Amino acid sequence: MADFFNDFWHYYVAVITILSIAGCGILLWSQSKFKVRLDADGKPQQTTGHVWDEDLTELNTPMPRWWIVMFWLSILFAAAYLVLYPGLGAFRGTLGWNQVGEYQDELQQAKAEYGPLFEQYKKLDLKAVAADPQAHAIGERLFLTYCSQCHGSDARGSKGFPNLADSDWLHGGAPDAIKTSIMNGRTGMMPPMGAALGSDKDVESVAHYVRSLSGLSADPIKVAFGKPKFATCVACHGADSKGNTMLGAPNLADKTWLYGGSVETVMETIRKGRTNTMPAFGDFLGEEKVHVLAAYVWSLSNPTAPTDATKATAAK
Amino acid sequence: MTDPAGAPREAIVRMYAAREDIFPREIKGRYATLRWACVWLTQLLFYGLPWLNMNGRQAVLFDLASRKFFLAGMVFWPQDFIYLAALLIVCAYGLFLVTAVAGRVWCGFACPQTVYTEIFLWIERKIEGPRSSQMRLARQPWNLEKVGKRGAKHLAWGLVALWTGFTFVGYFAPIRSLGGEIAAFGLGPWETFWILFYSFATYGNAGWLREQVCKYMCPYARFQSAMFDKDTLIVTYDEARGEPRNGRRKGEAKAYAAESGDCIDCSLCVQVCPTGIDIRKGLQYECIGCAACVDACNIVMDKVKKPRGLIRYATENGLLRKLGAREIRRRMLRPRVLVYSAVLVALVAAMGTSLALRNPLKLDVIRDRGSMGREVDDGRIENVYRLQLMNTSEQAQLLRVSVRGIPSAAVVDDGAIAVDGATTRAVPVRVRIDPGAGTPGSNRIEFTVRSVDDPDLSVSEGAAFIVPK
Repeated sequence: MADFFNDFWHYYVAVITILSIAGCGILLWSQSKFKVRLDADGKPQQTTGHVWDEDLTELNTPMPRWWIVMFWLSILFAAAYLVLYPGLGAFRGTLGWNQVGEYQDELQQAKAEYGPLFEQYKKLDLKAVAADPQAHAIGERLFLTYCSQCHGSDARGSKGFPNLADSDWLHGGAPDAIKTSIMNGRTGMMPPMGAALGSDKDVESVAHYVRSLSGLSADPIKVAFGKPKFATCVACHGADSKGNTMLGAPNLADKTWLYGGSVETVMETIRKGRTNTMPAFGDFLGEEKVHVLAAYVWSLSNPTAPTDATKATAAK
Repeated sequence: MTDPAGAPREAIVRMYAAREDIFPREIKGRYATLRWACVWLTQLLFYGLPWLNMNGRQAVLFDLASRKFFLAGMVFWPQDFIYLAALLIVCAYGLFLVTAVAGRVWCGFACPQTVYTEIFLWIERKIEGPRSSQMRLARQPWNLEKVGKRGAKHLAWGLVALWTGFTFVGYFAPIRSLGGEIAAFGLGPWETFWILFYSFATYGNAGWLREQVCKYMCPYARFQSAMFDKDTLIVTYDEARGEPRNGRRKGEAKAYAAESGDCIDCSLCVQVCPTGIDIRKGLQYECIGCAACVDACNIVMDKVKKPRGLIRYATENGLLRKLGAREIRRRMLRPRVLVYSAVLVALVAAMGTSLALRNPLKLDVIRDRGSMGREVDDGRIENVYRLQLMNTSEQAQLLRVSVRGIPSAAVVDDGAIAVDGATTRAVPVRVRIDPGAGTPGSNRIEFTVRSVDDPDLSVSEGAAFIVPK
């Protein structure tokens, strides 16, 4: 709850609130009786004396008593509410109710309701979870909620965000490796190599060589120049340029490009390096959910995944 | 303030007074029979409907938890909310029409407040006896007889109210399992609350508040009065015929004289009135048009050998200009009534047509906002969408997604998607175009979802396809 920046406003609001409620009470009290003129026979007049449209008169018929009683009750309710709940300036109410507490309660309720189910999956091996149609459906919904913003609804990523539906993995595609990636996050770091390689021409040659590794069109002369320069890169990308999942170094000999495979893009990557982050979801989602999620992600690139028909029956 | 004579000229009056009890006398007659027919009709419907089953479910169920309204053979989703608006508009126009023609007949015959009050009054008469006994019981001090009768009455009222509350909640939670839960003391907190709340409302409104709901709370009562005109049928006392009243008080052994009117001042019309007014004072806002006084007066007129209809349904103009029944009926077809009727017929027809042509498939397309569009190998461009497929029919559907709008546009792996009855599914869909197709930037495309078994069943929705510049 946002507090006022000084005490004055707290009292200002509280006093106005209390006075308004008291004012309602005073108004009710003072207006519950009124003076009427007496007729010649000593009885109170039946009408207020107002006449409209020639013959439309206003009677003095009293209102039902339960009506004013309800008004008093509403004033009592307001007083009780302001004692129990926040509402009077910065006063927090004796019950200590607030939005955060409400949210935590709902979270606890949801945990109590769905916890057992997730516990049950957590005991299972990731591949077994992947084979379970219900877990698959849950995983899909979790993925659409938490992962699709970057990796896309179909998990195929986009520029700078890895494709999770193919069999090409920066940090390893084993179920446990995927779970670790989601739990702890990853940091992808390609250092800027422009200075180490030398001139822009050298960078271009290496870029052509790298393209040639994936069978893309490349200038054979530049490839020949670039090949020896590539020695600087093998530390991470390996002598066979197949990458290294321990370091998160990508395979340069396949058709997958995280940032794009054009000469200009590859040159930019070499010259300036790349830094990329997969955030850690362990604390945020909790291990049970990550477990189900990892199984789902693994199943995307593994043919044992349930068929669409079983998905349909699981999607409730 | 006193006047010269010394008597006070002003007095302090309280603005609020306790309710004076009304003990409506039981009445039989044409309109009372009609009212009871309405009670039976509406309550058979209300208490009976939740027990009907069809398609393996409750026929009428407003399932708030899953946000689906089952109504006979139809399932309404939140997207169909427009039909609720249409229904309310139809009801409003129905009320306008009926009120313009015949005043507050809704209040007098079909309103739940009237209907339940009638039922509660019947219970009251069965336990405490007729009007005179009720008044005597109210006056006498508390003793065993009074405690017994009052206790029995409130118990009976409470049971009817509880059953009403249970039935009401049965429209929102399956009534059979609800009954089972009550039998097993396994009722959820909200169900308990609503059953008790609705029961209390029934008991309070029909047992205690009665005419006060119509007089002080009901909004319809206020705006119905605004829809009257001089040709609206209202319950009227024929003053020209009835006055001066022939009271035949004691000591005045006055035979019916030619100069006295037909009203014998028996006050039966006041005794039967559920709102406790005297209709002979003219039309008052408390009058709910129930015609109990018409029945009462007709009985008396029969007894004193005078023609019926001293109190009758007539119009202001009819009384003023001495119009016959035929002329009054002819004036029913005035512009106001004709316009209301036309609008009502048009609305009902439009709603019926719309319901008949309702598409059971619904589709929302949400473009993935994370990516502008990606280049896949060989330079083709791909966009990703999330399709929210909603199958509002009660049969499972096999659906196939297709796309058009850009030459060469196609859905990748366009296999059939199974969606169960009355469920919704989110499906990621990839759309691919050939290199060079489409213009850089945003292109309009249209998704079509078609049922595999029934090609006539389809729904389309537009979307944007983004080609990277």
